[in-house]
Amino acid sequence: MRLINLRPSRQLAIYMAALPFVLVAIGYVLGSEARLAENPNDKLLPALSTMAQAVKQMAFQLDARTGSYLMLSDTIASLGRLLSALAISTAAALVFGIVIGLLPAANAMLGSFVSVTSMVPPLALLPILFIVMGLGENSKIALIVIGTLPGMIRDLSMRVLELPREQLIKAQTLGASSWQIALRVVLPQILPRLIDSLRLQLGPAWLFLIAAEAIASDSGLGYRIFLVRRYLAMDIIIPYVIWITLLAFLMDFALRLLQRKAFPWFASVRAE
Amino acid sequence: MSAIRFDDVWKEYGDHIVLERITLEVAPRAFLALVGPSGCGKTTFLRMLLGEERPTRGQILIDGVPLQPEPDADRGVVFQRYSVFPHLTVLQNVLLGRELQHSKFLGRLFGAAKKAATDEAMALLAEVGLKGHEDKYPSALSGGMQQRLALAQAVMRGPKILLLDEPFGALDPGIRADIHVLMKRLWNETELTVVMVTHDLSEAFRLATRVIAFERNRDRPEERERYGATISRDLEIYPRRTAQLRAVAPIRSGRDDPAEQGA
Ligand SMILES: Nc1ncnc2c1ncn2[C@@H]1O[C@H](COP(=O)(O)OP(=O)(O)O)[C@@H](O)[C@H]1O
Ligand SMILES: [Mg+2]
Repeated sequence: MRLINLRPSRQLAIYMAALPFVLVAIGYVLGSEARLAENPNDKLLPALSTMAQAVKQMAFQLDARTGSYLMLSDTIASLGRLLSALAISTAAALVFGIVIGLLPAANAMLGSFVSVTSMVPPLALLPILFIVMGLGENSKIALIVIGTLPGMIRDLSMRVLELPREQLIKAQTLGASSWQIALRVVLPQILPRLIDSLRLQLGPAWLFLIAAEAIASDSGLGYRIFLVRRYLAMDIIIPYVIWITLLAFLMDFALRLLQRKAFPWFASVRAE
Repeated sequence: MSAIRFDDVWKEYGDHIVLERITLEVAPRAFLALVGPSGCGKTTFLRMLLGEERPTRGQILIDGVPLQPEPDADRGVVFQRYSVFPHLTVLQNVLLGRELQHSKFLGRLFGAAKKAATDEAMALLAEVGLKGHEDKYPSALSGGMQQRLALAQAVMRGPKILLLDEPFGALDPGIRADIHVLMKRLWNETELTVVMVTHDLSEAFRLATRVIAFERNRDRPEERERYGATISRDLEIYPRRTAQLRAVAPIRSGRDDPAEQGA
């Protein structure tokens, strides 16, 4: 049988999905044991117990200096930045995406501007943001917005342009004004596509968040891992990275779920 | 119910002449069928009538008035595909025209106005054989049901002219026969002037009061671009058909509806 026709059963598929994770974990444990056998003070690949100890200290014990659970306060700080930035990006992308996609005049005026700005490397703007907005929260949120917004606008305006021309004509023959078309025909059809777009931007958003926190911050997940880097504290860095990955994965999962539940009609449209 | 007049209309895309010397008078309440080989400009003709495309020369008049240069509620349309909105249920699709008409800002009706429009939409859905499917999304409907829905959606808004671009081309013969019966009834019970593009001659002769054929009279490759299609046949159907109201209450059109006052 051809490889392209070989489909694993449901159960087998679960095992197969788990396999790479298990292999990486085994590889890590073996490597860690080998290094620690050679040098018990090795910091590069800490034992699982060492990491568990570090997590216990960071997540479940009050930090004497700040009076807070560090991992919790780091998470709150980072998620606050990330979510406010994504909220701004999403709202702005929705408005600009629809306006540019639906109105030829807006497309003529803003289309190439958005294309060009989406090519500006956001990190190169970070110094400017720090100079203009200071080192506080605003500059970090601004970095994430700048890093995600142009791409989302471009994506969404293209999705609007991809709506069958027939639909827009049909709406006009039902007497719809431009505003009504935007509200009743385009917006509801763009929302599930907005979720796709947002999911794609989660990666870049986390990237810019960590980068901004690494460079200038006094809280946040990115701040923490770059802080403890000085002490080669791999026992903290590795759990933090796993935690960040888990958060990002859960956000992605939640968005996918939202898309399926809130827009039941969308799956068959996309399948076409 | 409108008279349509094409006055020496030409349509060119760059150097490519698609249609030329189209002069045509369509009586109010006519059912015009448009046939012709693929690519001869039937859709282009319809798009000009919709106001989506403009003639390069000549003009189109509706009841003696030059045509609005963009689509409006006077001219309803059903395409072969994409005629209904995939994000709205069957009922919402039919309601949409009424909601857009009476709620300029939100495009939605509430309370008593919604109730009245819903009752009317349900009656129309029963008429086109979609009773019981109100809450389905179009993707859950067969092709024939989708086209019935598209017809109901267009009729609900009460257009004067209904434009159809190969609306039943993708349907199986049996289903097509059913929908022909429906089409005929809609034409009789509303006040529509219908213009239908089809590549099925028997469909044209079964439904229409008049059949028009487009053809390029010069079709050698080197001439193809320089000569557009013209009207090559113009056949009145005998015995002459006219729209007639059945004894039952006609399907209401949105135009003179009492709900209008509540806008
Ligand atoms: N927007 C356009 N730009 C250039 N050529 C077009 C355009 N629309 C249609 N045409 C050309 O006009 C001719 C007629 O097309 P159409 O009206 O779709 O034919 P039909 O519906 O009869 O099959 C075709 O040769 C097509 O390539
Ligand atoms: Mg065509």
